[in-house]
Amino acid sequence: MTTAVETIRDTPLTIGGHPFHSRLMVGTGKYPDMDTMVRAIEASGAEVVTVAVRRVNLDRSKETSVLHFLDPKRVFLLANTAGCYTAADAIRYARLAREAGFNDFVKLEVIGDEETLLPDVQGLLEAAQVLVQEGFKVLAYTNEDLVTALRLEDAGCAAVMPLASPIGSGLGLLNPLSVRTIKRRLHVPVVVDAGVGTASDACVTMEQGVDGILMNTAIAAAQDPVAMAHAMRLATIAGRTAYLAGRMPRRDVAMPSSPTKGMLD
Amino acid sequence: MTPRVDVVINGERKQVAPGATLLEVLSELELDPRAVVVEHNRKIVRRPALADVTVAEGDAIELVHFVGGG
Repeated sequence: MTTAVETIRDTPLTIGGHPFHSRLMVGTGKYPDMDTMVRAIEASGAEVVTVAVRRVNLDRSKETSVLHFLDPKRVFLLANTAGCYTAADAIRYARLAREAGFNDFVKLEVIGDEETLLPDVQGLLEAAQVLVQEGFKVLAYTNEDLVTALRLEDAGCAAVMPLASPIGSGLGLLNPLSVRTIKRRLHVPVVVDAGVGTASDACVTMEQGVDGILMNTAIAAAQDPVAMAHAMRLATIAGRTAYLAGRMPRRDVAMPSSPTKGMLD
Repeated sequence: MTPRVDVVINGERKQVAPGATLLEVLSELELDPRAVVVEHNRKIVRRPALADVTVAEGDAIELVHFVGGG
């Protein structure tokens, strides 16, 4: 993988044995219209695109399938279990998603609270164990708790996805230390999922050294989703490149940038 | 009038022909079997088996596909 600067070489993000060319993953929900969604995904440069599993509308005059607008040969469809509040429901949705026949990856969500959409970590672990046994590549949406992240890794998850802040909140990365700690301690890829609001949030998140970032609302609910998708692409690359470059140490006092010698008398 | 049996499809009460297969149910609903995943009484029915499974009174059928999501 080449970043903006040729001298900085990055390895591809590999999840469950599958290499991905972009570290930015995007959702497909909440767009004003499908044409904007398609153009925004294109502008984001994302390869992994998330989708949800829902009932078909029996009134055929309303075409709602996202596959009508996305080419599964050009994007990697990552089905989620959004909206599931129990392990059993999440397992059911994951199985249905796999049956669609694209891949055996699933973004596992087991939600525990309606107001905050925070994960039910007990249900999440339970569902992850079952799905891993069934051969799924599980990407587990979780909070920024290290111990849960470690247990998800132990359960065999292909990636762990701590949140930046609550889903759809746009509050950005609230707990960089916890996310850095998770990244430092886990061996599987860490992809921050949810809570990004604008490009600087994506950049700061990637600067923590995480392997990738997933977002939906920040792009879909922007005034100009296509432009924001482009900004997110640049911010993800900028943050990743800055992480690889290695930032200067923080200092509490100033240090002149220009020589102190050679001043006139 | 041909007799019909009551089933529930995606939470809606529907009537289908007695002995209809899942494939025939999809066809009646004008749904492309390649574009939906079928769950019959909580069991996933794979595409090649859709023509082999018949629907009975009171069956619950779920027809799902991918929609926009995060």
